[in-house]
Amino acid sequence: MPLPANRPNVRVVTLQIDGQDLSAREDETIIEVCREHGIPIPSLCYLDGLSIWGACRLCLVEVTGQGRLLAACSTRVTEGMQIQTNTETLQRYRRTIVELLFAERNHVCSVCVSNGHCELQFMAQMCGVDHVRVPHRQVSYPVDSSHEMFRVDHDRCILCTRCVRVCDEIEGAHTWDVMGRGSDCQVITDMAEPWGDSDTCTSCGKCVQVCPTGALVKQGTSVGEMVKDQHFLPILARRRHIL
Amino acid sequence: MSTSPKITVATTWLDGCSGCHMSFLDMDERLIELAQHIDILYSPLVDNKILPESVDIGILEGSVSSDEDVEKARAFRKHCKILISLGDCAVNGNVPAMRNHFKLADVIDHAYRETATLQAQIPTQQVPALRAIVQPIHAVVEVDIYVPGCPPSADTIWYVLSELIAGRQPNPSAVTRFGA
Amino acid sequence: MNLDDLADLAKQYRAVDQQVTREIRVCVAASCQSSGAGPVQDALVTALGTELPDCKVKGVGCMGLCSAGPLVAVAAPDECLEEATLYRDVTPADADDIIGTLDGAPLERLHCPTNQPFFARQRKIVLEHAGLIDPDSFKGYVAVGGYAGLIRALSEMTPSDVLREVTTSGLRGRGGGGYPTGLKWSTVAKMPAEQKYVICNADEGDPGAFMDRAILESDPHRVIEGMAIAAYAIGANKAFVYVRAEYPLAVERLHTAIRKAKRSGFLGNKIADTQFNLEVEVRLGAGAFVCGEETALMASIEGLRGQPRPRPPYPAESGLWGRPTLINNVETFANIAPIIREGGDWFAAIGTERSKGTKVFALAGTITNTGLIEVPMGTSLRDIIEVIGGGIPGGKAFKAVQTGGPSGGCIPSQHLDIGVDYDSLKTLGTMMGSGGMIVMDETSSMVDVARYFMEFCMTESCGKCIPCRTGTQQMHSILDRLAKSQGTRADLLLLEELCEVVQATSLCGLGQTAPNPVLSTMRYFRDEYEAKLSDA
Repeated sequence: MPLPANRPNVRVVTLQIDGQDLSAREDETIIEVCREHGIPIPSLCYLDGLSIWGACRLCLVEVTGQGRLLAACSTRVTEGMQIQTNTETLQRYRRTIVELLFAERNHVCSVCVSNGHCELQFMAQMCGVDHVRVPHRQVSYPVDSSHEMFRVDHDRCILCTRCVRVCDEIEGAHTWDVMGRGSDCQVITDMAEPWGDSDTCTSCGKCVQVCPTGALVKQGTSVGEMVKDQHFLPILARRRHIL
Repeated sequence: MSTSPKITVATTWLDGCSGCHMSFLDMDERLIELAQHIDILYSPLVDNKILPESVDIGILEGSVSSDEDVEKARAFRKHCKILISLGDCAVNGNVPAMRNHFKLADVIDHAYRETATLQAQIPTQQVPALRAIVQPIHAVVEVDIYVPGCPPSADTIWYVLSELIAGRQPNPSAVTRFGA
Repeated sequence: MNLDDLADLAKQYRAVDQQVTREIRVCVAASCQSSGAGPVQDALVTALGTELPDCKVKGVGCMGLCSAGPLVAVAAPDECLEEATLYRDVTPADADDIIGTLDGAPLERLHCPTNQPFFARQRKIVLEHAGLIDPDSFKGYVAVGGYAGLIRALSEMTPSDVLREVTTSGLRGRGGGGYPTGLKWSTVAKMPAEQKYVICNADEGDPGAFMDRAILESDPHRVIEGMAIAAYAIGANKAFVYVRAEYPLAVERLHTAIRKAKRSGFLGNKIADTQFNLEVEVRLGAGAFVCGEETALMASIEGLRGQPRPRPPYPAESGLWGRPTLINNVETFANIAPIIREGGDWFAAIGTERSKGTKVFALAGTITNTGLIEVPMGTSLRDIIEVIGGGIPGGKAFKAVQTGGPSGGCIPSQHLDIGVDYDSLKTLGTMMGSGGMIVMDETSSMVDVARYFMEFCMTESCGKCIPCRTGTQQMHSILDRLAKSQGTRADLLLLEELCEVVQATSLCGLGQTAPNPVLSTMRYFRDEYEAKLSDA
């Protein structure tokens, strides 16, 4: 669900992140303030320009006085808020979450077209995941190469739904969606038809660019060749909101 | 020259491409400096073919695919004080584990019958029996240090060994990652 | 319309059947129907014929003792269940005998005494009409004093009077969380919005729980009345009942009740000649447990994929279509009419210090009297299981009772004397939940129990957030190994760590509470886990 658009007369609050005194507009979220000040917060589903999804749980932070951890992407700052972004507990949770992702599907980095340009791979390194303790789930997923320009490799999908959101919110095509439940979830084009047969896909390629892993890629790319460009997104998103 | 006794090292490869060992050799001239601190007592790179009773550091490359791999891993765990999983195959199965998506019988059939041009037959002797699924080393024995990478660069291996020689705990994530 | 007008109406409706001095009440709720109550009712109507005009066969709601169904009660119209002659395990072949003994002594071979603790120890508020009135009859509901709460609210109270009364009552949400109902209502009421919504959450999905189903099947008008009072109090004119499609009978009765209430001016425009309007719409859930979570439920009503979203914003601020929304469970709404009718103080006098009123529980598992009961908060588990429930059948020993469904935990015998309320159950590592109680005897393996509930959570995880989606799957595979005696001590440690991570990091209540059955069985029955280790 998109957060309401910025309000014109908004107050500025002061808060503390990792002991650092900061000021922020009260309609900003914790992750926005952190990004603005170069405080690293891991995340996979959040992307500036898309609606808030709050599903990867990597951006969870500790807020003093709160019984539960809060997702930095979906929590607005308030006056006097005291936030810890990188405690040992959070580091441990993040490592486990990344491990769970690697065990869920077949992310073989060494032979991936996104090797070296992958947000999941980067996240693993950032969180200190040097091995995966849980056993691999061992379920096979297909590759759909039916589209003449793009390819989807479900084995590398982490279900962040960036593709679903960008297609719906920015391109307006809503070609992508999710089917199934639990670990059987899968992103689909139209009514789970081959991508190449999609009537709604405009072949704009935005889904490929926002995909954090090697799940959505350009045809014809080899190992490590798929470099993505997401700079267009905040610009497009802001232009949409001016309307 | 250091007067303290050298750190003893053993290495071997399981199901892998030996690329991690090649990367080890890629340390080039640094190998000479390394040799002042370590003694490689057992390795595909040296002549000794008997794993000594006790070794300081054991380095395993490759994943666990066959019964022989399990035995090697267990022997290393038993004889080595510190055990290192070197490279993505050892750390998470990597390419060898991609056969897990197929039935073992189909894999063997494909390798020894469908693609054989001469005398297609499935070997039963002198070839270790393959296990149903390929696993990382820590699935069968406890591992102390994980060094991902395909292969981990010579710099990475140098860093890990230097830290250990200096008596520190290396943090491989600082220098390498899956697929690096 | 005021209360006097309503009382006149009730009198008028009662007069219709004034020649009837004896009712033969047949339970027509789902569990008795599944054991053949329909043919029994037909057979009774046939057997009765037209000989006895003072006698009437009537379909009624749940009488509670589901394990003895089909149940048939013979009583005068103003007699309650305890005063009735109750027959159990009735078959169509028994119809003639029942009719034949109407004027004589009760039929011994079918007789089910109503002075037994199962009936005598209950206190019925929510289920006060269940088993007495015809759930499909609007007139029947009004005749027993129905809609008096709504009419009182509309004719004598301001919305803030209603809020005060509900707050005074100390009622807490019966869906499981136990959030103070008065506070929730007041929050939505204070929201400055033109459009607000009321939602009744009837997506009951806990294994072994059937309280909401029974309420809807037995007394649907009671729920509608509660929703109408809520809508009046918070300023909403549109309400939804989100009920799972697996409850076809409840859905049918809701539709009937809404239609009849609307036709009689108790729903729709200008309710009871006031300026208050309310439309109630029934929406069916398509079989996802997670849609019982309020944000997922609202997404489902909006026509989206049933997935939760981060809170805040809470539904009270931004709910259905971004509007302030009040969402309560069936049983919560069913408590409202008596609170308004009798006053918040009356309600607050029942129950414990911090948990007021009564609670409906569904007794299931290895217990003699499976069925539905309603007891004051604070009643001890021992009373519920050994006295009301009749203990464990077959001479076996009690081992544990599971409360709170897949979000709850198992309580062992040493804690049976604790009085059941929201807070006491929490201290035992479980929760009230919606009211399901699954009793287990000494033959149950607690590792199997944990595995069962984890499998439930795994298959019901929506797949949105990573810890719940993949964590439940990994925890299930570890529990499966443990149950098969293939697990190691390392597996056990990993399981404990995954429990912590999934609990702390999941997006919604489903994931956050999914580890509870594991944690609670580990807490009380760790020896069973240890005994299953392959490297013990």
